[in-house]
Amino acid sequence: MKNSLKITLSVSAAAAVVAGCAVGPSGVDLDRLTADIVKASFRDQGIVKAASLIDTDETNKACSAADAAGKPLDDAKAKAIEAMNLKAVKWPTDGKFLGDWKEGEKLAQSGRGLTWTDDATTPNGGNCYNCHQIDKKEISFGTIGPSLYNYGKLRGVADPASAAAKPIVEYTWGKVWNSKAYNACSNMPRAGHMGILTQAQVADIMALLLDPKSPVNQ
Amino acid sequence: MRMTKTLSLIAMLSLAGTAAWAQKSAVQSIEEYRLMLQDGNPADLFEAKGEALWKQKRGPKNASLEQCDLGKGPGVFKGAFVELPRFFADTNRVQDMESRLLTCMETLQGLNAAEIAKTPFGRGEQNNVTALATWLAAESKDKKFNLSQSHAQEKVFYEVGKRLFFQRGGAHDFSCASCHGQDNTRIRLQDLPNLTKNPGDGVGFAAWPAYRVSNGQMWGMQQRLNDCYRQQRFPYPGFGSDATIALGVYLGVNSKGSVSIAPAIKR
Repeated sequence: MKNSLKITLSVSAAAAVVAGCAVGPSGVDLDRLTADIVKASFRDQGIVKAASLIDTDETNKACSAADAAGKPLDDAKAKAIEAMNLKAVKWPTDGKFLGDWKEGEKLAQSGRGLTWTDDATTPNGGNCYNCHQIDKKEISFGTIGPSLYNYGKLRGVADPASAAAKPIVEYTWGKVWNSKAYNACSNMPRAGHMGILTQAQVADIMALLLDPKSPVNQ
Repeated sequence: MRMTKTLSLIAMLSLAGTAAWAQKSAVQSIEEYRLMLQDGNPADLFEAKGEALWKQKRGPKNASLEQCDLGKGPGVFKGAFVELPRFFADTNRVQDMESRLLTCMETLQGLNAAEIAKTPFGRGEQNNVTALATWLAAESKDKKFNLSQSHAQEKVFYEVGKRLFFQRGGAHDFSCASCHGQDNTRIRLQDLPNLTKNPGDGVGFAAWPAYRVSNGQMWGMQQRLNDCYRQQRFPYPGFGSDATIALGVYLGVNSKGSVSIAPAIKR
């Protein structure tokens, strides 16, 4: 604690120096100061490590900077980030894109796991209903993401195993596994890429969205 | 007894069940629920405790907090809350209400600020800090937020706070802006204020400290931010750390001119 208080004080002192300039601190100085303040302010707690914030990847760093500046990434940078994330998508090793929609619904309902009050044995949820409408019977849904009601039906998926459905099935897997593969600074978590959900769980979410028997497609 | 009334209302509402929820818009129901609770906000109890603590001689120095300088001079507490966080020359730091209270508890009463900062929420001296903040917020109720941006460090902290607000990280890539960066969105049924601009009277920064009906706890702004970060799957922000204060400056400056309703009551 004493140590971190000292760091905090020296960070404040740095701010005073930076702010002493007649023109005020530059954006670069402020970025550096923010990084120092983050290092001094956040600590490991339970299963969550400070490194998960401090050493976040290039995608998050670029999108954070763009958001703070209020300017979207330029096209070339966005394309490069999307390509990098698409390359990192792991496709189903058993070739099974769709699992069990009933399990998918349970995962979509759960917002649990990966906070510092959870332990490593807490099963992770998909957090889907927090932001999306999915099954119409669930009236408690968020609106940050688009409605996914009738997701497969609207896209004409009658048989998810058919050649005709292949492009949309693959896109959906990629989107759930790593949302940034198609939209560099998407608000959506990267469920597979970041280890929130397993391959089998992503397949269950896929079934919820694409299985013609799923309540989503009624 | 106000407390009994509050509890019976909660019981009634949970009996009403989900069918009733579906009839009206979710927002309507929640608003009605809050209105029903308004005339019995248990925050009153914390206010009373906070006022008593302010005047009580405590700590190794056996002194009260009545000479605490919250930014408007020693002992001036009315209106102080809506001007915080601000820069303090004696500590050479930008401080919010809760970190400033720690400073006064240490300098005036001889208590150990670092120890209190390390104490988990809801335990020991942390409960006293929450009660004091609740009372001091109540002494600025219905006043408009008016944070200073005249000192260079206050400007720097606004800029740092803005960067923190948009900072993505953790397992879910969330930032504060993931939920609070757009108009008219919600998580499940909970409406989300857009905190990148002034969200209006009594919303966001202007609603804390608040009594949480769902868990029966009184939360200050430090605990509110702490729990946001927990849900963001971020690591743990130290109590009164510069990150939490810079974020407070960003939110508070954005709320300039909005009326504080703290201590509020929340679901």
